[in-house]
Amino acid sequence: MKNCIEINHLKKYYKDVKAVDDISFKVEEGEFFAFLGVNGAGKSTTISILSGKEVRDGGDVLVDGYDPDEKSEEVKRRLGVVFQDSVLDKSLTVYDNLRYRAALYKIFGSDFKSRLNELTETFDLQGLLKRPVGKLSGGQRRRCDIARALIHNPKILVLDEPTTGLDPQTRKNVWAAIDKLRKERNLTVFLTTHYMEEAADADRVVILDGGKILADATPLELKNKYTGDFITIYGTTQKELDSLALPYEMVGDGARIAVKDTAEATRLILSHPDVFHDYEVTKGKMDDVFLAVTGKRIGGGEA
Amino acid sequence: MKTVFLLTQRNVKIFFRDKSVFLPALIAPLILLFLFIAFLGDVYRDSFISALGGMTIEKSIVEGFAGGWLISSLIAVCAVSIAFTANIVMVQDRVSGARHDFTASPVSNSALALSYFIATAIVTSVICFAALFIGFIYIACVGWYLSVADVFLTILDTFILVLFGTALSTLVNYFIRSQGGITAVEAIVSSAYGFLCGAYMPISSLAAGLKDVILFLPGTYGTSLMHTHLMNGAVEAAGSSLSLPAEAMKGVLDGFDCNLYFFDNAVPVWVKYLVICAAVAVLVGVYILLCSLHKKSASAKKKS
Repeated sequence: MKNCIEINHLKKYYKDVKAVDDISFKVEEGEFFAFLGVNGAGKSTTISILSGKEVRDGGDVLVDGYDPDEKSEEVKRRLGVVFQDSVLDKSLTVYDNLRYRAALYKIFGSDFKSRLNELTETFDLQGLLKRPVGKLSGGQRRRCDIARALIHNPKILVLDEPTTGLDPQTRKNVWAAIDKLRKERNLTVFLTTHYMEEAADADRVVILDGGKILADATPLELKNKYTGDFITIYGTTQKELDSLALPYEMVGDGARIAVKDTAEATRLILSHPDVFHDYEVTKGKMDDVFLAVTGKRIGGGEA
Repeated sequence: MKTVFLLTQRNVKIFFRDKSVFLPALIAPLILLFLFIAFLGDVYRDSFISALGGMTIEKSIVEGFAGGWLISSLIAVCAVSIAFTANIVMVQDRVSGARHDFTASPVSNSALALSYFIATAIVTSVICFAALFIGFIYIACVGWYLSVADVFLTILDTFILVLFGTALSTLVNYFIRSQGGITAVEAIVSSAYGFLCGAYMPISSLAAGLKDVILFLPGTYGTSLMHTHLMNGAVEAAGSSLSLPAEAMKGVLDGFDCNLYFFDNAVPVWVKYLVICAAVAVLVGVYILLCSLHKKSASAKKKS
């Protein structure tokens, strides 16, 4: 598979602060790539360098084969960026916003209309086109932001914490639209987030902290490497639990026992068939991975 | 070019959609006109009569003269202060993050800069020409002594002053990065510019040192052009009516800045046009230079 983004030994310093400190990674075409880190980890700085907004202090960056510092225009045509905060003009209608943003890419007239029709259908914007952006709900506005980022049909969609502040249902809707685009158009998605469940759906996750990459693998690999499995037992008695002689944690109606891996879980279940009547074996969550890798909880604070 | 046209349209639309900015900008010239008429009208009427040696003269000539002074001062001030207000979109785009959105696209900085410049000029023109139209109606009501040439030259002067205000505000706003900054600059310009360009008080009535400083400011020459074309007719009418000698009429025109002197040397009308047009060219040139230096320093940083 062809690499869409290649970053080697990238560095960006602000005086004494190492915002990005010698990081290297690759993103394949059509991949859903997640950049995970707390605020100040270096995620947004990396995006700024990728999009040619910031100048790097060292290293190499290639976006679809082009260096953003040398071929800024080529790179900008290939990237669609959804910023952390909506940057659309609140006093203008959705239609005007998309029309004026399309003009930035020299998309006018019938080309604009056909692109607008596609995006209107994908993001269900029909009822919103004549409404000022400032009067839309958070979720509606986000859909418009993503439609704007895709107005020039980019190969890579960069999402900088796109669902921060959205309710769960809206987040789900936003992701449904993005998934549809990925499947239909082989769109590469570069996501920065601090929502663990969003990162868990990615093809690959890079965990960044203090400007350095601490982990780079698939969610499954990360879970296998940094967390164990959990067996949750239901409908068991205190006596049965005590017979296992293992530490456990009460979770809702069940008791959760941490084990090293799935093999150990299997061994434990087979050796106590009388205790394990109703149970489930689950992998650790991305929160556990993040905690194990960085020593920090994503909501803030040290572990 | 179509991109510049559409971006200009966007900037103009944003300005007119924001009622909290647009309405005060539109009302400001009307308030200023009312304040001029209510508080300063008598001052200029008396000054004019006094400059004529206290002779009795037709009321309409006095009113036409005072109206010409008030409207010319009003337009001279508004062309600059409204331009600063109209240019708010450029600063707001930096504050709101829209500028990040633009720089993430392949649009050139020059297209963006040109769209802000043209949009500011359009908005300022709309408001200033509306004010000028109301001003003409006022003068027509109190005493019309303007020739067709005076009317056309006043329109030309207004257009040049709008370009001057646009260029000045574009250059100043280049350095502003916050909403508070633009508000502060607007407040300073609105309150100080009228005094600095000779709109509120005739330069001839100012202290010698201050007069010398003001003569180095290009806005002064634009204001003088407005005074010349809006008051000349009334002065000539007064001259005919009272059979005043040329020297007496020159004294009136000198006293109200229609004639301007740069260290005792009379400044011809064409030089006034040259000064104000050159100022527009210099301000735009400095702005382009700043943008290009910024671009070069960014490229140099990239190469290093």
